Amino acid sequence: MIPANFDYVQVDTVDEAIQALGEHGDEAKLIAGGHSLLPLMKFRLATPAYLVDINRLDDLKYVRDSGDYLAVGALTRHCDVEKNDLIVSNAGVLAKATHNVGDPQVRHRGTIGGAIAHGDPASDIPSALLALKATVVVNGPEGEREINIENFFTGFLETDLNEDEMLTEIRVPKLPDAKWSFQKFNRRAQDWAIVGASIVCGEGHAGVGLVNMHSVPFRSESVESALLNGANAEEAGELAAEGTEAPSDLNASRDYREHLSRVLVRRGLQEAGR
Amino acid sequence: MEVSVKINGAAQSHDVEPRMLLVQYIREVVGLTGTNIGCDTSSCGACTVHLNGESVKSCTVLAAQVDGMEVETIEGLAGDDGSLHPVQQAFHECHALQCGYCTPGMVMASVSLIEENSSMTEDDVREGLEGNLCRCTGYHNIVKAVLQASEVSQ
Ligand SMILES: Cc1cc2nc3c(=O)[nH]c(=O)nc-3n(C[C@H](O)[C@H](O)[C@H](O)COP(=O)(O)OP(=O)(O)OC[C@H]3O[C@@H](n4cnc5c(N)ncnc54)[C@H](O)[C@@H]3O)c2cc1C
Ligand code: FES
Ligand code: FES
Repeated sequence: MIPANFDYVQVDTVDEAIQALGEHGDEAKLIAGGHSLLPLMKFRLATPAYLVDINRLDDLKYVRDSGDYLAVGALTRHCDVEKNDLIVSNAGVLAKATHNVGDPQVRHRGTIGGAIAHGDPASDIPSALLALKATVVVNGPEGEREINIENFFTGFLETDLNEDEMLTEIRVPKLPDAKWSFQKFNRRAQDWAIVGASIVCGEGHAGVGLVNMHSVPFRSESVESALLNGANAEEAGELAAEGTEAPSDLNASRDYREHLSRVLVRRGLQEAGR
Repeated sequence: MEVSVKINGAAQSHDVEPRMLLVQYIREVVGLTGTNIGCDTSSCGACTVHLNGESVKSCTVLAAQVDGMEVETIEGLAGDDGSLHPVQQAFHECHALQCGYCTPGMVMASVSLIEENSSMTEDDVREGLEGNLCRCTGYHNIVKAVLQASEVSQ
C-alpha cells in the first residue's frame, strides 16, 4: 500500500517546522516516528499534501532533570524513554506504559511527542501522563505555551494544537516515592489495549488515566477523589467506569470495557498498595 | 527527490518519489529481495531491517527519511566468505524455520535484540520478538536459536 502523493521537506529547527506549518496550513502534517501517521496515509485515511519531517531535530531528543520535574523532548523515541534511569526512578508508570507500546521495532521509531499529538484514546502513553499530571509545552509563531495534559485532548484524534504549532517538550512531575501500576488488557502481545489503566498514588497525589474508555485519553476524577477521601482499591475500582463513554467495536462491547475498567483499576490500585 | 544511503556498506543514490516506502526501495530499486513484505501494516515484522543499527519495520518508514543513514538487510549479515552470522548459524542448527518467509525479519529482529540485551531469559526472547509473526514453526525453535546465539555472542 502506497500513500497518496505529497511534497516532503526535512527541517532542522523548531522555527523551520513552525514556518512550514504556517505556510501550508491544514495541507501540512508533521511526521515524527511515522508509526501512527504512515499507516493512516497508506490506507489513505490521511492525505496530507506536505509532509514536514522533524526527525532531524536532535535538540528535541532528551530527558533532563529540571528540579521539580523531568523535561522530555518531544522527539525522544519510546526505546529511549522506557529505559531512561530518570524516568524509571521518578515516573515508573511512564516507563512501563512506554515499554508496553507495540514491539521493539515500533519503539525504535515512535516518539513520545507523536504518541501525544496523535490524540488517540487507545494509546498507552497519554494515560501514564494523565496519572502523573504532566504538562506539555507547545511552540508556535507567538512563542511557547504550557498546557495541562488533561486539557490537551479535545476530541477523537483532536488536540489543542493549532495548525501552526508543534509539541516540543513534556514535563513530568518527579514522584520517586509514589506507588504506581500500569495495567493493559489485550489479546495478543503486541496489540493495542482493549482497556488500560495507569495509576499513581503518592503523598497528596491520586492519578488515574484510562486507555480506550472515551473519545479522548480519559482521566478518572471519580476514582481520584474517592482515593483522596480514603477509599480502598475495591471501593475506588467500582467507580472506574463513571463518566466514561467507551466505544463498542470488534474487540469489545461498551459494557465489557466498563467491566474491564473496574477490574483493571482495582488490580492497579492493589498493586499500588491501596 | 535524491536519496543517498549506505546499504550493507555500499553507497546507493537514487531519485525516488517521496511516498516510496523503504521496503519498496530496498527490494525494487536496489534489488535486494531478501527483505520480505508480509502484512504491509507494521504488524508482522517480515520487513525488519536495521536503520543505523536498530531494528525497524521498513514498510513503515519512507525511503526519503533514511537519506544519509545506514541500512543493513539480511544480505549484509554473512561474512564475505559466506560464513553465516551467529544468529543465522543458530537458526540453521536449531531448525528455526520451515517455509522461511518470516526468517529474514526474524533474524534481523533477533540480531538487534541480542545487541541491546546482553543476557536474556526465554521470556525476554519471546517478548522481544513480539513484533515478528511466524505461521509455521510455533516459535519454539526460533526462541531456542536466539537463546543459543545470545550465549555465543557473550
Ligand atoms: C504495529 C504498531 C503497534 C502499536 N502499538 C501501540 C500500543 O500498543 N500502544 C500505543 O500507545 N501505541 C502503539 N502504537 C503507536 C505508536 O506508539 C506510535 O509511535 C505513536 O502513537 C505515534 O508516534 P510517532 O512518533 O510515530 O508519530 P507520527 O506517526 O509521526 O505522528 C502522529 C501524529 O502526531 C503529529 N505529531 C508528531 N509529532 C508531533 C509534534 N512534535 N508536534 C505536533 N504534532 C506532532 C503528526 O503530525 C501526526 O498527526 C503502535 C504503532 C504500530 C505501528
Ligand atoms: S510487512 Fe512490515 S511489518 Fe509486516
Ligand atoms: S517459517 Fe514460515 S512463517 Fe516462519
